[in-house]
Amino acid sequence: MTQCPLTGAELMDLFAHFLVLSLLSVGGAIATAPDMHRYVVTDRHWITDEQFTASVALAQAAPGPNVLFVAVIGYNVAGLAGAAVTMIGIMLPCSALAMWVTRWGRQHRETRSVRAFTTGMTPLTLGLLVSTGWVLADPAHHSWRALLLLVFAVLASLKTQLSPMWLVGVGAVVGAFGWA
Amino acid sequence: MADVPTDPDQPLRRPASCTEVFKVFNRLAMQGFGGVLPVAQRELVERERWLSREDFVEMLAVSQVLPGPNIVNLSMMIGDKFLGARGALAALGGMLLAPLVIVLVLAALYAEFAHHPLVGGALRGMGAVAAGLVIATAVKLSRSLRHNPLGVPLCVGLGAATFVLVAILRVPLVGVIFTLGPLAVFMAWWKLRS
Repeated sequence: MTQCPLTGAELMDLFAHFLVLSLLSVGGAIATAPDMHRYVVTDRHWITDEQFTASVALAQAAPGPNVLFVAVIGYNVAGLAGAAVTMIGIMLPCSALAMWVTRWGRQHRETRSVRAFTTGMTPLTLGLLVSTGWVLADPAHHSWRALLLLVFAVLASLKTQLSPMWLVGVGAVVGAFGWA
Repeated sequence: MADVPTDPDQPLRRPASCTEVFKVFNRLAMQGFGGVLPVAQRELVERERWLSREDFVEMLAVSQVLPGPNIVNLSMMIGDKFLGARGALAALGGMLLAPLVIVLVLAALYAEFAHHPLVGGALRGMGAVAAGLVIATAVKLSRSLRHNPLGVPLCVGLGAATFVLVAILRVPLVGVIFTLGPLAVFMAWWKLRS
C-alpha cells in the first residue's frame, strides 16, 4: 500500500475513536475488539471481516505484545499512517493513566486500603489469567490433538526450564504438519 | 543462550540503566510468540530477579484493572519503579519497537501466504501452545497466594468465580471486575484490620 486511502478527516476520526477505546480497554486492547470490529468493518467498511480476524491471529503469532494487532488493523485500513494513528491512539491515554495511578499507589503502598486492593485483586488476576488461556484455546476445544498440545505446553512449562519461545516453535512445527 | 534461570529464592537485584531496561524488555518481547506474559514472568522473576513472585503478581493485578494492554502497563510500571519516567519509556520502547516493525512486515507479506495450509496449521499449533503457556503462568504465580492475607480457600474461591464468569459464562470483563473486585477488596480490607 503506497497511498493512504483515507482523507485527513477520516484519519482524525480513526485516531479519536482509538483514543476513546484506549480508556475502555480494561483487560487489554483485545477486550475492545468487538467495538473496533463494529467501527472499521460494519460501520465504515474500511476492511473486511476476514482481514479483521487475520489481523488478530497474525499479531498473536508474531513476537511481541498482542496489542500490536491494533497496528495491523490500522495498516490494513490506511497503510503506515493508519498503523501510526491507531497505535498511538490506543496507547497514549491508558499509558498516561497507568503511570499516574502507579505513582500514587507506590506512595501509598503500605496503607491499608492499597494493600486491601492488591491482596483482594490477586485471586481475580489469577482467575483472569486462566480465563485468557481458556479463551485462547477456543479453536483447540474441537480437536483432541490440539488439546494434547496444550497440555504438553502446560507440563513442559511447569516441569522444564525451556524458554516459552521453543515450546511455541514446537507448536508451529506440529501444526504445520497438520497434527493440531 | 545462557538458559539457566536463577533460583526464585535468590536475592533480588535492580537494573543499572535505561539501556539495560530497554534490552531486557526487548529480549522478552522478541521471545513472546502468542503472548508476552509467560516470558515476562520467566525473565523478570526467575532469571533477572528484578521482582519477587509476589511483586510481579501485585503489579499484574494493578495493570489488569487499569485500561490498556496488561503487559505494556506492567512493563512501564516496572521501568518507572526502578528508573522513573525514563525507565518507563525505555521499557515501553523495548517492548514495542522491534515487534512493531516485524508485525508490519508480516502484515505486508501476509496476503501472499494467507491461504497456504502450512501457515494455517502452524498458526493453530502456536495458538494451542500459547494458551497452555498462559495457564502454566497462572499455576506458577498461584504459589504467591500462600502469603495472601485472604487465606488460600477464599483465594481459590474468588479465582474460580472469576474463571466461571469470564471464561464459561462470558460475562463482560468490566462487569466482573466492578462487582467481584470490590467484594474481594472489601474482604481483604476486613482481614487486614489489626
